[in-house]
Amino acid sequence: MGGQAAGPVPMQGHDFALWEKRIDAMMVLCGQKGLFTVDGLRRALEDMGEDAFEKHSYYERWIAAVNQNLLEAGVYSLEELATRMEAVAARGPTYAEAQDG
Amino acid sequence: MPHDHHDHDHFHHEGMSPSGHPYRADNDGPLTYWQRMEIAVRELLVEKGLITPAEIAAQIEAMDARSPANGAAVVARAWVDPDFKARLLADASAASREMGFDIGPLHLIAVENTAQTHNLIVCTLCSCYPRNLLGLPPDWYKTREYRSRAVREPRAVLREFGLDLPDDVTVRVHDSTADMRYIVLPARPQGTEGLDEAQLASLVTRDSMIGTGLPRKP
Repeated sequence: MGGQAAGPVPMQGHDFALWEKRIDAMMVLCGQKGLFTVDGLRRALEDMGEDAFEKHSYYERWIAAVNQNLLEAGVYSLEELATRMEAVAARGPTYAEAQDG
Repeated sequence: MPHDHHDHDHFHHEGMSPSGHPYRADNDGPLTYWQRMEIAVRELLVEKGLITPAEIAAQIEAMDARSPANGAAVVARAWVDPDFKARLLADASAASREMGFDIGPLHLIAVENTAQTHNLIVCTLCSCYPRNLLGLPPDWYKTREYRSRAVREPRAVLREFGLDLPDDVTVRVHDSTADMRYIVLPARPQGTEGLDEAQLASLVTRDSMIGTGLPRKP
């Protein structure tokens, strides 16, 4: 995207939420433990296509890329992930209620 | 306007956080698909014995503890100690470690602003940033707008940050990668001869180390 035309730089920022910090921490720890590399993260981000940048926030793209790499590495299966995500949803309607199993 | 969970422009302007950032809708909204994925992935990693909750907590704490004050301390040291400055420009990773900052395995390069040259850093790929010295990058650093235009029309971008450089100053833009990151060593402001290192560090802003700003005047 370097060099493409774009509008003014948006100056708004936001405080990082706990779920975002946890994703950042997981990425760093996965790298330290050799589960996958930052290049693996990049590759998964690039594979999402340009419209992912418009549709999803920064750490949404990151968790998708972390998950993709962990699935490829065989750390857990797609079934395990789906089952767990359903179980998480059943705990409650907010992050606070759903975050701990 | 239709309700859209993945709307990328969901900043709220009416309420500001204590640090002056707008709150984001999804901090306290209904559980999203991606939050569910974060919880599920984290729990699976813990259950497989690959990561412990304590490690995640410690990593978040370490990250929260990093701030532009770390980078400012390095810059101020370079301003008062010519030998340190030479070491910083030769190998910024080693010089920063000398001051006790954990830089990790990455290669850090300090680029010096002078009367003739102004440096600007960007990561056109994503968001690579000298996070070990500056903390997490500001949101604008990660936007399509900054990443696209910083390499194409850096002077126009700098003007949006309030920095209007004379035509005879060369602008050098440095594109970061995961393994190679840049930090700008801003020029020491005039009129700071009597200040000590700590006072100098207080003049060094985050943006002055990205290149989108200059140090404060004393």
